[in-house]
Amino acid sequence: MGGPLIQCQDVWKRYGKKEALRGLNLTLESGKIVGLLGPNGSGKTTLIKVLNGLLCPEHGTVLIDGEAPGTYTKSIISYLPDKPYFAGWMKVSDLFDFFGDFYMDFDRERAEQMCKALLIDTSLKMKTLSKGTKEKVQLILVMSRRAKLYLLDEPIAGVDPAARDFILSTILNNYNQDGTVLISTHLISDVERVLDEVVFIQNGQVVRQELVDDIREKEGKSVDELFREVFRTIPYGGGEW
Amino acid sequence: MEWKLDDNRPIWIQLQEQLTRKILAGWYHAGEKLPSVRDLATEAGVNPNTMQRALAALDSAGLTVTNRTMGRTVTEDQIILEGMRASLAEGIIEQFFDSAAELGYTKEQAMELLKRRES
Repeated sequence: MGGPLIQCQDVWKRYGKKEALRGLNLTLESGKIVGLLGPNGSGKTTLIKVLNGLLCPEHGTVLIDGEAPGTYTKSIISYLPDKPYFAGWMKVSDLFDFFGDFYMDFDRERAEQMCKALLIDTSLKMKTLSKGTKEKVQLILVMSRRAKLYLLDEPIAGVDPAARDFILSTILNNYNQDGTVLISTHLISDVERVLDEVVFIQNGQVVRQELVDDIREKEGKSVDELFREVFRTIPYGGGEW
Repeated sequence: MEWKLDDNRPIWIQLQEQLTRKILAGWYHAGEKLPSVRDLATEAGVNPNTMQRALAALDSAGLTVTNRTMGRTVTEDQIILEGMRASLAEGIIEQFFDSAAELGYTKEQAMELLKRRES
């Protein structure tokens, strides 16, 4: 291959009057775990949806592994949406069938092993699972594909700290080493040590893209601290009550 | 031994320091094969590329040797191991005197304190 895995050039996306992406440029290489960080409403989810072809930008070019979003790119992207989308009546094992049918690169055995490790009974229906367990099942499905690009939208937001550690180690253990993982989150301190690189996004533009250790070396502070500084909002000082 | 990472220094440097300490403390002994990059990364909960960087630094310090058949092993060169141990000890001693100086002790007084503790 050689070329970058993700290439976005001057990408614009509007929802009505609201501009979610405003001339965004981004290039990402293969073989990395990258954090997509930004405050609420900065365009993280929109960018992820543009990358996986769920949204079509009004302007600009998006190339994944050299191709515009379409059938090929969908076959190499494994996507974890920010909310669960599976029908409640389906059993975990039904979902395995589903993924097996949809994706050539789905490794059912791996998915079953992960469920076993987590003591998740695959004969249970999705609607009987707790919110956290649902999220784990979803992550298991996504990480059981041998994809080139994993797009994980807020994978750790809804689960307890112990489950967070589990999810992060699942990502570390299971991502395809030639593939790239893009994780959007605002829980930076939890993910910082698994990341190679971070992309800061604000008002629909990339404002900073750097290696985690370069930031620590240059700034003498963690990415989490840097984030708080870059995106600091001055609290409203209401004066005397 | 637990992996402890603080917030403001590059992660790979901290990994390198802790691996060095593990080796010198005999956690991995001379000639022993180290776990794979991926296993070490998982154990420490860090990115494999970051662990790779730390291990490459151990290689260039001569503390570990990478060869095709055995993978990465701890060096059997006692001179390197002893040298490394001595320089770590030096650092600890320096820290001690620095901290003592902060409390207002001269070097001599600090030495005196050390001796008194010994008896």
